Amino acid sequence: MSATDAAEAALDSPLNSKKVRRQRPEGKADRAKKVLTSKWATAGAIIIAVIWTIPTAGLFITSFRPADQIKGSGWWTIFQNWGFTFDNYAEVLTAQGASSANLSSYFINSIVVAVPATLFPLVLASLAAYAFAWIKFRFSAAIFIGVFALQIVPLQMALIPLLQIFSGALGISGTFPAVWIAHTIFGLPLAIFLLHNFISEIPGDVIEAARVDGANHFQTFFRIVLPLAMPALASFAIFQFLWVWNDLLVALVFSGGGVDVAPLTQRLAELSGNYGRNLHRLPAAAFISIIVPLIVFFSLQRYFVRGLMAGSTKG
Amino acid sequence: MGVGPVVAQVAEAVQHVLPTARRGDFWGATIEKFGVLFIGLAAFAAVIGLVLFFADRTPKKMRDVVQLTAFVAPALLLLLVGLVYPAIQTVYLAFTNRQGEWIGFQNFVWMFTQDEILQVLLNTIIWVLLVPALSTTIGLAYAVFIDKSAGEKVLKSLVFLPMAISFVGAGIIWRFIYEYRAEGYEQIGLLNQIIVWFGGEPRQFLIESPWNTFFLIIVMIWIQTGFAMVLLSAAIKAVPTEIIEASRLDGANAWQQFWNVTVPGIRSTLVVVVTTITIATLKVFDIVRTMTGGNYGTSVVANEMYTQAFNRAEWGQGAALAVVLFIMVLPIIMYNVRVMRKQREIR
Repeated sequence: MSATDAAEAALDSPLNSKKVRRQRPEGKADRAKKVLTSKWATAGAIIIAVIWTIPTAGLFITSFRPADQIKGSGWWTIFQNWGFTFDNYAEVLTAQGASSANLSSYFINSIVVAVPATLFPLVLASLAAYAFAWIKFRFSAAIFIGVFALQIVPLQMALIPLLQIFSGALGISGTFPAVWIAHTIFGLPLAIFLLHNFISEIPGDVIEAARVDGANHFQTFFRIVLPLAMPALASFAIFQFLWVWNDLLVALVFSGGGVDVAPLTQRLAELSGNYGRNLHRLPAAAFISIIVPLIVFFSLQRYFVRGLMAGSTKG
Repeated sequence: MGVGPVVAQVAEAVQHVLPTARRGDFWGATIEKFGVLFIGLAAFAAVIGLVLFFADRTPKKMRDVVQLTAFVAPALLLLLVGLVYPAIQTVYLAFTNRQGEWIGFQNFVWMFTQDEILQVLLNTIIWVLLVPALSTTIGLAYAVFIDKSAGEKVLKSLVFLPMAISFVGAGIIWRFIYEYRAEGYEQIGLLNQIIVWFGGEPRQFLIESPWNTFFLIIVMIWIQTGFAMVLLSAAIKAVPTEIIEASRLDGANAWQQFWNVTVPGIRSTLVVVVTTITIATLKVFDIVRTMTGGNYGTSVVANEMYTQAFNRAEWGQGAALAVVLFIMVLPIIMYNVRVMRKQREIR
């Protein structure tokens, strides 16, 4: 799979750039070339980098300005209109009540939604991926391709009937389990595909050796396949976690929208809907929702990139 | 398998704890929510554990079948109930009205005769044409610019960062860029401030149709460029240096090298990037919902589907829009399945 190859290459390159450089020593001609073309390239790169950074940086500065200054002047006048406060953060996090942002409650909801919605598909998919890779059965190839194709069915197609099942037969609409199950289902095709790619790459000799030693499928799975598949499990887990944390559509449809279950994104979207009145709250609120993905991003970039690339067809 | 009763029990437990949160008792509600989290995880572990345990203990004769079932059945069952059946059901719903009566193709006729919905379809087409093209181009340019430069890793992170931010968060970030104040007042949105600095008149970027759609599209490009950049950068590094060196000895300039050597070398990655961004763009929902709510002529299919089905209870019309979305993604599915089949044959 070209995407996975690219993913592997990308993982190696930024992190092991020393190694790459050693493999490709730059000749004199190379360096001359670099100087000639780099003037425009550098200018272009700087322009793009600045345009891409300013929106986030500007909002970050805004989030620490006093409410009346947020409403009265732009963040770039920060030195003329100096002001620094944590009030916005304190207000959106701690103020309770129907009209306040209540973000601390929604933050908890996001955690309670995201943890099982990451673990459930991970467990189910690793079992299925093992079966598709190492248990021979009829139609295995056809079923696997079917699962792969499901990956690209827009989840919009499933929302209405799934909601009917949840509110009718199961009666769990608007609860955490409803959101967990929905996310699990929507995450499964990608997870199975991703983990299968990895698990099927495990050398056949290793699996055979375990069988010869008398291990059944469960023992093989738990003692050999799972430990070896750890990198793939980690990258899917991070990818799915971020996907769930950042999701709005599934949350809107299945969480019922209240402070009991709905995650941060849902509350943010609501606050944003009453934009004028929440102007001073939104920057702080946005950063509270962004902070977890950013931590994941910076600390686990390597796995995040891999999950993102292998999962590029999630839907 | 016992999943149904377990789910119902967990649900009951959840409903039991709900009122606390409404009373505004944050810590009480939090403890109970984590209780639900714990029960949910424990119930899941118990079900999976039991299934595996009994499958492991079955008599030798049936063991193979039972073990296989234990491995694949939970996932496949969920997919059947949660994706395959709903997808079929949605296709059926698309041919019914809000009372659930069969009305043939009326929902589709409605779609293609309402100016409002035609606008939605047109907007989606504009999104799909612009976002993949521009994010891929900018991402590729940036990847080439920073290739082998000092601080490449940091420069990459800057452009890649928006990928980690939710669409909702990105929507808020950009609303502050587009913020409008009437002429004469101090601007608090950067874009209008720049216009004013250059002596222009402030604009309501998100309200003035049809340009507002383009300002929403910019947000999506801002998010997707990092994705394109990281993949393409990896692909560029995989192009063998010998070929580049050879073309240089043949007297090719930087531009010719790029077009004749680099681009063909990264073609397969380009295809992956473009198709992926195309699918993401077709389904874009959060940005439109957060920034304009789909008003002022900015709605797209995914957003309109939600509005029709869940805000107006026009289930049939919503389902019909979902089907249209599916038809738009279909060629990409078929292409991907074909590639996939080839790969399996090679194996």
